[in-house]
Amino acid sequence: MRGVADQADFSDVAMEHMPALYSAALRLTRNPADAEDLVQETFLKAYRAFGSFQEGTNLRAWLYKILTNTFINNYRAAKRRPEKADVEDVEDLYLFRRLGELQAGAAGRSAEEEVFDRFTDDEVKAAIESLPEAFRIAVLLADVEGFSYKEIAEITDVPIGTVMSRIHRGRKALQKALLDFAVARGLVGSADTGR
Amino acid sequence: MDSGDHQVDCSETIGRIYHFLDGELTEERRQEIQRHLDECPPCVEAYDFEAELRHLVANRCRDHVPPSLLERVRAALEQEQRRSPEAMPGSG
Repeated sequence: MRGVADQADFSDVAMEHMPALYSAALRLTRNPADAEDLVQETFLKAYRAFGSFQEGTNLRAWLYKILTNTFINNYRAAKRRPEKADVEDVEDLYLFRRLGELQAGAAGRSAEEEVFDRFTDDEVKAAIESLPEAFRIAVLLADVEGFSYKEIAEITDVPIGTVMSRIHRGRKALQKALLDFAVARGLVGSADTGR
Repeated sequence: MDSGDHQVDCSETIGRIYHFLDGELTEERRQEIQRHLDECPPCVEAYDFEAELRHLVANRCRDHVPPSLLERVRAALEQEQRRSPEAMPGSG
């Protein structure tokens, strides 16, 4: 059939996405053994369904949809109710403003950005992994993978308004988590101890 | 053209800063925000910070694929191919 992908081409076009998919799987499952299983299952499902993939449409988004669905159906812990991101007290530009206050003495407009260099990769990963699941998925897809709101809506099967709200709240929770790491590790002074 | 009459202020700029960064504004809105940023150092500072943060999140979350996983997936796909040879058109 025309326009439909040929299964024989699957490896050629899909394998290059494995590094990004594996990283996303690690953030989702939060452990390497499950992440490897999730990636293998994603590739097998994608291979089996590749005949229904329309050539010329977004393969990367299609693979992430399979990854996300497989994770939600098979790997996440059973939950009685959806998690919430508790960010009522977190305003826009939260991290920028808090770091600005904590570093009031440190002159130079890039003092806040310098904190970024001192975060370890593991801290940034842990901050993302600390987000409630729905928010973690939205932030991963937007900020790490660079998908558009519309693509994320299609990948996660939720309305675009919900996507925007999850990204917004997820980012706030992420900024809060990063600030906690920065303070705990003494990268910035703590406002009340003056250490 | 006709978009020059609407001036956005700092709070409107900050309110749209994430949509601006995400490339999710209409061209008209994007230009309004850009014009404000061109003239407002405090807003540019906030914008630069958020852009840097986005960069941090995107670039610090890459993990090395274990060679064993690559092997596992290749083997699983080959096994799957053998299981349904009719999916293969002719020989490879």
